[in-house]
Amino acid sequence: MSATSARPSPAAQPSGSAFILKKALISALVALVLFSLMIGIRTEAGPQGGLIYWTRFGDLAALVGTVFGGSIIVELLRQWWGPVDKDSIVPKPVQSAISFAGRWLAPALLVFAFLVPVIFYNQRYILDLSILVLTYVMLGWGLNVVVGLAGLLDLGYVAFYAVGAYSYALLATNFGLSFWVCLPLAGILAAFWGVLLGFPVLRLRGDYLAIVTLAFGEIIRLVIINWQSLTGGPNGVSGIPRPTMFGIPLTPGDDGLAAKLGIEFSPTHRLVFLFYLILAMALLTNWVTIRLRRLPIGRAWEALREDEVACRALGINTTTTKLTAFATGAMFGGFAGAFFATRQGFISPESFTFQESALVLAIVVLGGMGSQLGVALAALTMIGGFELFRGLDQYRMLVFGIAMVLLMIWRPRGLIGHRAPTVYLERNQAISSDLVKEGHG
Amino acid sequence: MSGDHILTVDRLMMRFGGIVAVNELSFTAERRKITALIGPNGAGKTTVFNCITGFYRPSGGAIRLSHDDGRSIQLERLNDFRISKQAKVARTFQNIRLFPGMTALENLMVAQHNALMRASGLTLLGLLGLPSWRAAEARAIDLARAWLDRVGLLDRADDAAGNLPYGDQRRLEIARAMCTEPALLCLDEPAAGLNARESGGLNELLLSIRNEQGTSILLIEHDMSVVMEISDHVVVMDYGVKIAEGTPQAVRDDPKVIAAYLGADEEEAIAVMESGT
Repeated sequence: MSATSARPSPAAQPSGSAFILKKALISALVALVLFSLMIGIRTEAGPQGGLIYWTRFGDLAALVGTVFGGSIIVELLRQWWGPVDKDSIVPKPVQSAISFAGRWLAPALLVFAFLVPVIFYNQRYILDLSILVLTYVMLGWGLNVVVGLAGLLDLGYVAFYAVGAYSYALLATNFGLSFWVCLPLAGILAAFWGVLLGFPVLRLRGDYLAIVTLAFGEIIRLVIINWQSLTGGPNGVSGIPRPTMFGIPLTPGDDGLAAKLGIEFSPTHRLVFLFYLILAMALLTNWVTIRLRRLPIGRAWEALREDEVACRALGINTTTTKLTAFATGAMFGGFAGAFFATRQGFISPESFTFQESALVLAIVVLGGMGSQLGVALAALTMIGGFELFRGLDQYRMLVFGIAMVLLMIWRPRGLIGHRAPTVYLERNQAISSDLVKEGHG
Repeated sequence: MSGDHILTVDRLMMRFGGIVAVNELSFTAERRKITALIGPNGAGKTTVFNCITGFYRPSGGAIRLSHDDGRSIQLERLNDFRISKQAKVARTFQNIRLFPGMTALENLMVAQHNALMRASGLTLLGLLGLPSWRAAEARAIDLARAWLDRVGLLDRADDAAGNLPYGDQRRLEIARAMCTEPALLCLDEPAAGLNARESGGLNELLLSIRNEQGTSILLIEHDMSVVMEISDHVVVMDYGVKIAEGTPQAVRDDPKVIAAYLGADEEEAIAVMESGT
């Protein structure tokens, strides 16, 4: 979490060929020590049960050679690239690129998003995938309030997603309430749990906060598994009603939307409806977050991330400020959860594991903490990209891991690491990520 | 007489385990005056500040703040953010604590948090963008602009606070504290690290804050050129107790103060103490 201070200054490094060779030799030596036992010697249980082993020095030599060569290439690449954005003033070309991206990329993406059901009307797979991506965009934007703006590391965000999903599922199946009544209720319940989580962890900072939120996520999941009478335990809740378009069901029957409009029924109608529903919900999240950033509460969140002591000296109630951040983030998570439940029609605790929290957090961190556009791009890359590499089978995770490592080397503060000011007198200029703090809890 | 005192510190005690950092310290700060708290390193000055501004809870004693309207607040019973919000005491820090990733203007907007929260109807009215909120925000920006102008940072309003030179950061922190519209401004070594020209500018700024805003100022300072030039009253501390107080002139000539600063050895110090009393 304090990675910025640990970065070495590249100016102090020598850059001659001797240096590169020395570095490559050290890397090769480390690889030799590591792999001599892992690769160099292979052991197996023999036919009589005794241990037999044979050596694979050829493989070992090839691997060490690869490390040696790779180290030289990486070092040369690094020198060719120059230092990774060190200037604390965002350079002019980057500034103009950012303003260009802000002016054109976001609206272009938005227009494209609106057109997705038109362009891919007959491709059910793409529509399904887009709905999934948009769900994660919304989750990412929700978590961005907590992690990106307020700087509170939350590893249990999936808990609020689960609260929202189960709120809708149980209210709809037990009391027959409609989706549009349950949606705000799911948000309110999730926000309530956000405040409940917030209270005990207010004194904690950094790693300690992360561990407690992690535990909270697990507690919610375990409660759902074990409270069989209410939640159905591991069997989940099934038969969750599909959403209606303000009372008109999207079914083939006579009272369905297709019949009323006089067009032929197609199951794609529901998908398109779900797509625009999640798009509207995600855009609402985005709009509220952007508005909140320009309100005193949003500025207080960011100030809290920058310096909590200074906040207290300025008369800001840090307790309520943190709680509102938790509650707001949780509320959006709850909305997304309700949508998830109505889309799936079936939910079980398996959908709310720690892996989901980690994925959403990865989206926020990769996107650049606090950046709305960055989070959307990261969700698109993470979820969409993951599908793109489906052809690579078991190497998919490897490709993905390498891509993430490279991205973190190239842009340690995420795709869009700079911060846009919330108010300005004359010049709306981006603030370099080197100055912006990550928060300590 | 007590009507003139904005701050009355009465037998303040602060213990950390077995260490007594502040021992039965009593002093007063007059309204619309600049009071300086000086003393050698480790004398307990910053501890006193932290007690007054609510970062520490005193082990004993009383700190009373009396406002213009006759309202009197016991600061030792308030804590944390309430000191600034309710008692209207603002402070700066020895090692500058700005919000480095926010612009100078944003720093001053954060300082107006409580007023703006009220104007935004606890966020709800602001979320809808009602005209009353927009007007309040415009007023807040005007106040921030006025203070940026006062400290000579108007042309750097949209730069990140962390990018400003050291002296500018010091002045911005004072402007930020003033944006909370305090009755008492506590400055912890405002001239530390400033060059002669900059500390001259600081003197003018502090005098103008006293004269124009009518804000009372309590400051800790090592730079004697600042202390002697602008202070109306000086309190000298050493080892957690008050060793002298009075006008800058009187304090400067006080043998106990000279002994404390120049570090006389024990017998000499006793001799000085005896001759002084």
